[in-house]
Amino acid sequence: MALKASELKVGDTHQQQVAENLSRTQIVQYAGASGDYMPLHTDERYAKEVAGYPGVFAHGMLSMGATGVMLTDWVGDGRLTKYSARFTRQVWPGDDLIAKATVTEIHEEDGHQVVELDLVTVNQDDQPVIAGKATARIDA
Amino acid sequence: MAEFKFPVDASQIMLFARAVGDDNPVYHDAEYAKGTEPGSVVAPPTFVQASSQYDPKFALRPVIGQPWFGSGKDATGLKPKEKKAGDGEKKDSGGSSARMLHAEQQYVYHKPICPGDDLTVTTKRGKSWEKEGRRGGTMSFSEVITEYRDQSGELVVTATSVGVTTGKAVSQD
Repeated sequence: MALKASELKVGDTHQQQVAENLSRTQIVQYAGASGDYMPLHTDERYAKEVAGYPGVFAHGMLSMGATGVMLTDWVGDGRLTKYSARFTRQVWPGDDLIAKATVTEIHEEDGHQVVELDLVTVNQDDQPVIAGKATARIDA
Repeated sequence: MAEFKFPVDASQIMLFARAVGDDNPVYHDAEYAKGTEPGSVVAPPTFVQASSQYDPKFALRPVIGQPWFGSGKDATGLKPKEKKAGDGEKKDSGGSSARMLHAEQQYVYHKPICPGDDLTVTTKRGKSWEKEGRRGGTMSFSEVITEYRDQSGELVVTATSVGVTTGKAVSQD
């Protein structure tokens, strides 16, 4: 179900929980699916003893992928035209993630209605882990 | 500029969607997908990351027969080759790879990716710059731009990745 320009206005917000008690196993799943086997994300000994972190943490791209769940659930399948994210804070095992979108602009582009979104994904302490933007085609 | 092939199959899309926690059937159920706007199983927005599986030079995948910098018997980082006696050198903690983090990722979508697509991936270096950071010392940023083209040569996704190398482990405050 695509969004409609006639039913949206600048300032509208939408949010969805996209991770709950994030597991080390899901991080391992992401490593396998993406092919990014960086031991910082999957190897507790390496993360602590070699890299000096408190433990493993999620790939930034796992958080971006999870944020994408909220986006495509909201704007519809195949509707995104741009999606970008900055990784502002690490995501740790046990974290909850809530992805939020705010409408910043609605305009016409190449004969389509388009919505511009500001994105932020926060953890259970309301700390942003991702700050991003997205653009999607919407219906009139 | 590097170039390699990235054949896309349905199971890869399913596994990727599972890994990011997405149970939308458009990513795994071909029958369901027929009734959706794209009309077929499509790849989720960040799926092209999986192309690293096919990148012959991807450094973050163990290579058969070669030592890996993750832990086995020891925590490694692979550095202190032959530590000479009396050599009080601090061990390099895994080299710069340990400090290389992903700072930012951008995608521009031109066309949906579907199972059966035979993508060609080309990468080139973009800009690079430095910045003094509070949490991680001097930070060196560098951009890599990746273009994904389908079997008919059409651009499907343009991805820009920004990596950052920090002087020390990023502090948690």
